[in-house]
Amino acid sequence: MATIVMDDLHKIYAGGVKAVTGISLDIADGEMIVLVGPSGCGKSTLLRMVAGLETISGGTLKIGDREVNNLEPAERDIAMVFQNYALYPHMTVFNNLAYGLRNRKFPKDEIDRRVREAAEMLEIAQFLDRKPRNLSGGQRQRVAMGRALVREPAAFLFDEPLSNLDAKLRVQMRVEIRQLQKRLKTTSLYVTHDQLEALTMADRLVVLNGGKIEQVGTPMEVFSKPATVFVAGFIGSPAMNMIDASYLRETGAAAGLENLPHGTDLIGVRPDDLLLVKPDAPHLTLTGNVVLLEPAGAESHIYVTLAGNTQPITVRVQGLPTVLEGAQVSMYVPLASLHPFDAKTGLRVA
Amino acid sequence: MVENDRWGNLFAHIVLILGVALVIFPVYVAVIASTHPPGTFVRGVMPLLPGPNALENYRTVIFEGRSNAGTPPIGGMLWNSFVMAMAITIGKLSISVLSAFAIVYFRFPFRMFFFWVIFLTLMLPVEVRIVPTFQVVADLGMLNSFAGLSIPLIASATATFLFRQFFMTVPEELMEAARVDGAGPMKFFKDILLPLSVTNIAALFVIMFIYGWNQYLWPLLITTDPKYYTIVMGIQRMVTGGDAEPLWHLVMATVVLAALPPILVILFMQRLFVKGLTETEK
Repeated sequence: MATIVMDDLHKIYAGGVKAVTGISLDIADGEMIVLVGPSGCGKSTLLRMVAGLETISGGTLKIGDREVNNLEPAERDIAMVFQNYALYPHMTVFNNLAYGLRNRKFPKDEIDRRVREAAEMLEIAQFLDRKPRNLSGGQRQRVAMGRALVREPAAFLFDEPLSNLDAKLRVQMRVEIRQLQKRLKTTSLYVTHDQLEALTMADRLVVLNGGKIEQVGTPMEVFSKPATVFVAGFIGSPAMNMIDASYLRETGAAAGLENLPHGTDLIGVRPDDLLLVKPDAPHLTLTGNVVLLEPAGAESHIYVTLAGNTQPITVRVQGLPTVLEGAQVSMYVPLASLHPFDAKTGLRVA
Repeated sequence: MVENDRWGNLFAHIVLILGVALVIFPVYVAVIASTHPPGTFVRGVMPLLPGPNALENYRTVIFEGRSNAGTPPIGGMLWNSFVMAMAITIGKLSISVLSAFAIVYFRFPFRMFFFWVIFLTLMLPVEVRIVPTFQVVADLGMLNSFAGLSIPLIASATATFLFRQFFMTVPEELMEAARVDGAGPMKFFKDILLPLSVTNIAALFVIMFIYGWNQYLWPLLITTDPKYYTIVMGIQRMVTGGDAEPLWHLVMATVVLAALPPILVILFMQRLFVKGLTETEK
């Protein structure tokens, strides 16, 4: 168990591509940090730099009190879970788990104890003699976890470990990984492109874009106060609606807009915050035409084009929608739930 | 491609049966011929049924040889062939698997250059470079030795290339997982890459063994001492050696015996690579 400290980390590939540009992050002992972002945002590269699988082009990386910039992966006291599990196909589950310990010259009975303990914990004890190809996706995932577990490392690194599983199993494993991590209190760095996974698993969430950190915070902080337009659009599903402040002024819906901080020219509204029933609190009123209804079980999504606009905005309501396609509809947004942004800088205003 | 076409089916079978017959027939003739007494073939008619001399013919080639024609009993020649084929096979496999490992997993200057140089040697089989190679081997004093028989044939671009292609299909994460697990490059090679390559090694072993076993021109050139004669060149000596008419019955018996070891190797290795095929998964 250890802290991980990143100080101004850079990664420039041989071809000159800058994958990570100046990332600084302090991870506390026992914390679960989720790195989230779209493809190519540098999240996997960053994780692999921590693992030692990518060289560090600039900055310093400390695990515990040691600077580990130039240490081999094996010397960093970390364990990694790969997206495709990377189990050794010709070895039994037992040997897969034991391999790292054997390489570290652990005594035989210690290896045996640790492997059985981990297998017990992950409920794969009955598969110890099987080869990976005889296991289902979820079981392989557990073996991959077990391989990290037996090492009792300073930190776990997860590289999109759930993206090869089907939806149902993904939810189940998500819960199990989180429970396990809370129980073991091992510092963890978890990479995913799934914002829901990020929100549900993280102690703190790091949103990356273009090799830079967009925002760091607890899931609720990031969700309720996105620091940039990018974060606002990335976290939360359906994505936050972005409406030009000038549009609101022109259409006369601007009552109350003057209370927003100076410099606001883009306004974000979560689909949940668009209400079809007039609230008591001070609010904005928007009108538009329903173009599509999307029932999604417990909730429904209503796509509405605002008068004079072509890009539809999304409204989320509980249960079945109470409007019809093609109908005109009025929506009310409490002023308190507006997210003010500066379109030029992409930053949240105040 | 599942077609239920009766005539097409029949036609396909006829073609296949003819093909098999075409391949089997000469082998059958060789086996039959090795069972007849000496005079049978002078008449120019090939018998198609077994003769009475099988035991005697095989006893002659195995224990006596044809001393007057300069061919020793074939036991020694079989052994020489076996040693040469094994040396070539094992040498080829170990060198090519290591060089493929280097080319795929290490970043060193001129890596691709070396790969293409190795690849280019595909175009230079022994027959093309036979004179300079002979000169080198002669200068090194390796004429009439197992080293001379096998070493010049060991370098193999084909095997290197096949291993390279296979290694490139092994997911990179396996190597990374091994690194995190504390395995250095050679440990990764030994513990993970080699076990995964068993199928390929077995298949190449068969091919290389037969290649080595069938070497004819090279052993013919560099051995003058009957102690180092190999079976394939021995057969040729039996046919042309001496003034007497070729003793076809003995030649054929030798041919049949010479064909046995490669067949045994195939049978043995096939078990291994079928097992490999069904048990490994990348």
